Amino acid sequence: MNWAAIAAIYRFEMARFFRTLAQSFISPVLSTSLYFVVFGTAIGSRIQEIEGVSYGAFIVPGLIMLSVVMLSISNASFGIYFPKFLGTVYELLSAPVNFIEIVIGYVGAAATKALFVGLVILVTASFFVDLRIEHPFAMAAFLVLTCLSFSLLGFIVGIWASNFEQMSLVPQLVVTPLIFLGGTFYSISMLPPVWQTVTLFNPVVYLISGFRWSFYGLADVPVGLSLLAIAGFTGLCLAVIWWIFRTGWRIRS
Amino acid sequence: MTTILSIRDLRKSYADGFEALKGVSLDIREGEILALLGPNGAGKTTLISTICGITTPTSGSVTVGGHDIQEEFRAARQMIGLVPQEIALEPFEKVMNTVRFSRGLFGKRANDGRIEEVLRKLSLWDKRRNAIKELSGGMKRRVLIAKALAHDPRVLFLDEPTAGVDVELRKDMWEIVAELKAAGVTIILTTHYIEEAEAIADRIGVINKGELLLVEDKAKLMARMGRKQLDVLLTRPISTIPASLARHNLLLGAAGDVLIYTYDTHADRTGITTLLNDVAEAGLVLRDVVTRQSSLEEIFVTLVKGETQ
Ligand SMILES: Nc1ncnc2c1ncn2[C@@H]1O[C@H](COP(=O)(O)OP(=O)(O)O)[C@@H](O)[C@H]1O
Ligand SMILES: [Mg+2]
Repeated sequence: MNWAAIAAIYRFEMARFFRTLAQSFISPVLSTSLYFVVFGTAIGSRIQEIEGVSYGAFIVPGLIMLSVVMLSISNASFGIYFPKFLGTVYELLSAPVNFIEIVIGYVGAAATKALFVGLVILVTASFFVDLRIEHPFAMAAFLVLTCLSFSLLGFIVGIWASNFEQMSLVPQLVVTPLIFLGGTFYSISMLPPVWQTVTLFNPVVYLISGFRWSFYGLADVPVGLSLLAIAGFTGLCLAVIWWIFRTGWRIRS
Repeated sequence: MTTILSIRDLRKSYADGFEALKGVSLDIREGEILALLGPNGAGKTTLISTICGITTPTSGSVTVGGHDIQEEFRAARQMIGLVPQEIALEPFEKVMNTVRFSRGLFGKRANDGRIEEVLRKLSLWDKRRNAIKELSGGMKRRVLIAKALAHDPRVLFLDEPTAGVDVELRKDMWEIVAELKAAGVTIILTTHYIEEAEAIADRIGVINKGELLLVEDKAKLMARMGRKQLDVLLTRPISTIPASLARHNLLLGAAGDVLIYTYDTHADRTGITTLLNDVAEAGLVLRDVVTRQSSLEEIFVTLVKGETQ
């Protein structure tokens, strides 16, 4: 393993983040506060409680997931897309590094940034609602796995994309709808039975359900299934990335 | 002299089926400066990219310091530094950081002292805290060189280092190359400026349409291909070459006032004495005599033309 190379990539990517640290900090705080003002007060006043949890507290896990998923994708996709766009990717390709090292560097940095923002949102939310975390280790595991797996997906998007439009295509057309329809702001059990079944085909449901379970012990699907789903998703992304580097798809001509 | 880089029957076909390298074989000697000369689209960048790992070879093999570029890519690539043809840098990054990054990427332990040396050598030390976007084009090119040198490579590729740079910077670049050579670095540079190859290379390879037409010591190449031309300028124009001069294979200039004689500098006899005698006997009066050495440019044009026909 070329550890020096992994460290170099990771540090280089994090430097970009630290240059705009204030921005990275303020925007999640602001957007979280807005969610509580809008959803918490407007909708929350109609929906008092969901299964014994106040509506404001109920949406916190979903809110964190929403931000973490979107940020993981955009961090990782831009991280690898920029070198392609600027042409600096020549250096990665000519360096004594293999794909595992490149992925650890870029995906690791993207996941770290998303994790940081996730924690900022968690802390911000605790000022608005009473949070309780019943299973802190499971919570941490879900959070870290989500950051990692969606950073892997972002990495794939960044390699696949050949322009900036395509970069926002996957997050906006695929991931956003899946997250909003994935029980971020409601419990699946509130839907009509047919839609409950349809929803089970949405992978994000498993993610949010598992994450919410780690807070309140409430789950739409069994927590084991949630873990399996995210592990499977991570495995799928890893397989795609392995294939990309083996074939040189879109990076090595 | 030992061979540091060995290329055997290297072929590269791009995804669209275009064959950019058609079986290139070449041995590069440790410590030399090799200039790869060829017109645009000849395959110079493709050759470098394939050696450096940016594109994958279709067939053939390359070893660097005895290490195969695919089987032992780490050992091979650690020995190589690459300065690409196009300027590609992160605009917001600081000079120092981007050079540090390069060193780390190539697996070298952080060593700011070494990076300082490199930056000083390239007159970039004063700019180390500047963001890349604040630098001039020439400075950016130096940053690319600094990045390529950050891990102390034994072999340096410079892909058209002076394309589109001003005269002053070109001279600087040649100086940098000379210093690196003195430090024992093997340098392969591509160019389509013949004067550049002529000025700094030890050996010259001519590449066209994916084929290496020749590789030869610069001096030998010029001597071997070098033909001299003697222009005999006449006081009064003539309309035809006198029959008595036929054996000299002369050409008559368009205005009729110059006889052009071509001879080989390596022949035992150049034939100049007899030519001048014959000219005098034919009753022609000389105004002046001029000789010219054919330049590398003419040699190059001859080679490339011969290839296309
Ligand atoms: N990625 C690519 N796909 C297809 N053809 C390419 C690609 N890169 C270069 N070529 C073609 O290969 C030939 C050699 O290009 P290149 O190596 O860049 O030449 P040079 O550096 O000598 O100007 C050119 O005809 C070019 O159009
Ligand atoms: Mg080129």
